[in-house]
Amino acid sequence: MKPTTFAKAPSLRIDDILADPSIHIIVCTGSGGVGKTTTAAALGLRAAEMGRDVCVLTIDPAKRLAQAMGLSSLDNTPRQVPGVCAPDGSGSLFAMMLDMKRTFDEVVEGHADPVRAQQILTNPFYVALSSSFAGTQEYMAMEKLGQLRARAKEEGTWNLIIVDTPPSRSALDFLDAPARLGSFLDGRFIRILTAPARGAGKGLGRLAAMGFGLFTNVLNKILGAQVLADLGTFVAAIDTTFGGFRERADATYELLKDSGTSFVVVAAPERDALREAAYFVERLRTDDMPLAGLVLNRVQAVVDPEFTTEQATAGAQTLTELSVGASADEEQDAQLTAALLTLHAQRTNLAARQRHLADRFTAAHPGVPVSAVPALAEDVHDLEGLRTIGDLLADAL
Amino acid sequence: MTTRLWPDVALHVVSGKGGTGKTTVAAALALALAREGRRTLLIEVEGRQGIAQLFDTPPMPYEERKVAVAPGGGEVWALAVDAQEALLDYLESFYNLKRAGSALRRMGAVDFVTTIAPGLRDVLLTGKAVEVVRRRDKGSADMYDAVVLDAPPTGRIAKFLNVNSEISGLAKVGPIRNHADLVMRVIASPRTAVHLVTLLEEMPVQETIDGVAELRAEGLPVGGVIVNMTRPPVLTPTQLESALAGTLPADAIRRSLERCGLAAHEDAIVPALLREASDHAQRVALEQREMERVHSLGLPTFVLPLLTGGVDLGGLYELAELLADGGMG
Repeated sequence: MKPTTFAKAPSLRIDDILADPSIHIIVCTGSGGVGKTTTAAALGLRAAEMGRDVCVLTIDPAKRLAQAMGLSSLDNTPRQVPGVCAPDGSGSLFAMMLDMKRTFDEVVEGHADPVRAQQILTNPFYVALSSSFAGTQEYMAMEKLGQLRARAKEEGTWNLIIVDTPPSRSALDFLDAPARLGSFLDGRFIRILTAPARGAGKGLGRLAAMGFGLFTNVLNKILGAQVLADLGTFVAAIDTTFGGFRERADATYELLKDSGTSFVVVAAPERDALREAAYFVERLRTDDMPLAGLVLNRVQAVVDPEFTTEQATAGAQTLTELSVGASADEEQDAQLTAALLTLHAQRTNLAARQRHLADRFTAAHPGVPVSAVPALAEDVHDLEGLRTIGDLLADAL
Repeated sequence: MTTRLWPDVALHVVSGKGGTGKTTVAAALALALAREGRRTLLIEVEGRQGIAQLFDTPPMPYEERKVAVAPGGGEVWALAVDAQEALLDYLESFYNLKRAGSALRRMGAVDFVTTIAPGLRDVLLTGKAVEVVRRRDKGSADMYDAVVLDAPPTGRIAKFLNVNSEISGLAKVGPIRNHADLVMRVIASPRTAVHLVTLLEEMPVQETIDGVAELRAEGLPVGGVIVNMTRPPVLTPTQLESALAGTLPADAIRRSLERCGLAAHEDAIVPALLREASDHAQRVALEQREMERVHSLGLPTFVLPLLTGGVDLGGLYELAELLADGGMG
């Protein structure tokens, strides 16, 4: 049953997007805990069953969802989900989980000769950067997306890639972290670090030279000299093998602006999640990135909208009063019915609050299409569950 | 008077899966711990300004500010820690390098260090919390009875707290190493308790179970589990059973509706109510299964209700009282 809650917003026609052959990338984004991964997986399955060749890139799926897609191992390669295709036999579904460190290692291995690659891979700075830096996951998700898209173009493997974004503090991190990492690794500071010899007087201005001295000093003081040496080696090695981190990040960023890309912003009907969604929608607009619309998960479905909260509450009240002094059977029935009416009132109340929040979002972003997915009693753990979500997303139930 | 479960804990770390309300719980805990004239500090580290939103104050600067008074005259102070500010703070207090700090910032070096240098960011953030905790030992005027840290989500918490292992590959010796060791001496001690917030849903409960295992494996002190946003069942156990089995008496419900003046809609209402009852019963059954999984952890467990009107200051006091009654205060 579809909630009749969001009449004010235009409805998001998911099937039109999934079927559009000019769309090659769908990015699912939103704050943590709103069901991004499930949405990405459900869209992937639905698109494959409409005949598209789909690859879903997930970042951190819950175990059972991963199992539902046959992802038992984290090997950083797309694996085909068996038995998924359109009724006419066309279409396919591949899925992979991002292994951030492995992806970084592959970038290094792919761009450096074996000796140099080894040097980088064993550098402690690299090891720490590739496995724990907070923006690495976003950067690698972008990198992987770029790789998958390139492979799809060359080999014709997939005509639709669906990306789930990392569980960041802010959904915007996905857009910002790669450029940030890129500019750090590629920026002026690294240049200074890698050229301390000539930094003393030539080339660099006095301020930079002084700054470098300060910087070395401070880093030595707080980290110890060995850290700076490691950092220097790392930067030098990485610089000569594949300079232009920023260009790499920029290229993928451009890919996201392409008309073949479509963003689906995922939220739950809660204040914080919708605020995050609003930030993201505004950012996409500013950066000219194509927004498909908003998916609102876990919406309270109202079974009978004609039947108001007030009526239910009043009815429950009356029954409670009437049950005093009634026969035991009548009392029991009255109590049951009063409880059912109370339950109904709670639900319509919640639905009204959610509608209010969604309407506020729509008032601020009137053109953004919305698809509301009702809260399900249980989490998804199989393809059938994903299919149901897909139907709900497409409003096909 | 309820026995306080963690009277000697100076640092309460609150984590949870995204969307479970960990910031709300952290704030309520800070209020609970501030009862009876105590003073607590609530720290946030993710730059979200969640505290300001909860307490309805302007965005927090990098400065300790009083945000609320607790029942019995206690005070809750709050601090939004920013890694960059924490670095400058650190440089100033340990090396008297304030001027160097601002020059470095102009050059983008501070940004560089706090963003790129792996683990350093977390050392700075946890370091700040530990600094406040240790500050009270020196008997300074700025004294807190407890510090509550609104920490990163469960998936990252063990790594976040275990700063030692995070920077071990980076700094084997040197001052930052010593600083990390000092931080760990507080965090991995009985003076710290890590509490996890969950909902009665499959994924958050699973993350909580995994998180507890991970924290234990790293030797970090696990405190309690807070089950947040619970809704008490509206139906009795017997009614729930019938609802699940689909045997609720439709005719009796119809008769009752007639008695309370809702007969006009009954053809639509009765099936709707039955369906909702069945949904509700499924939901309750799932929640009970998840609750058993939470209990199987054998940790002190606190149950907080869903605040139907959304979380406001009044709601925070309500939650704080429940935590205190359960022994958290």
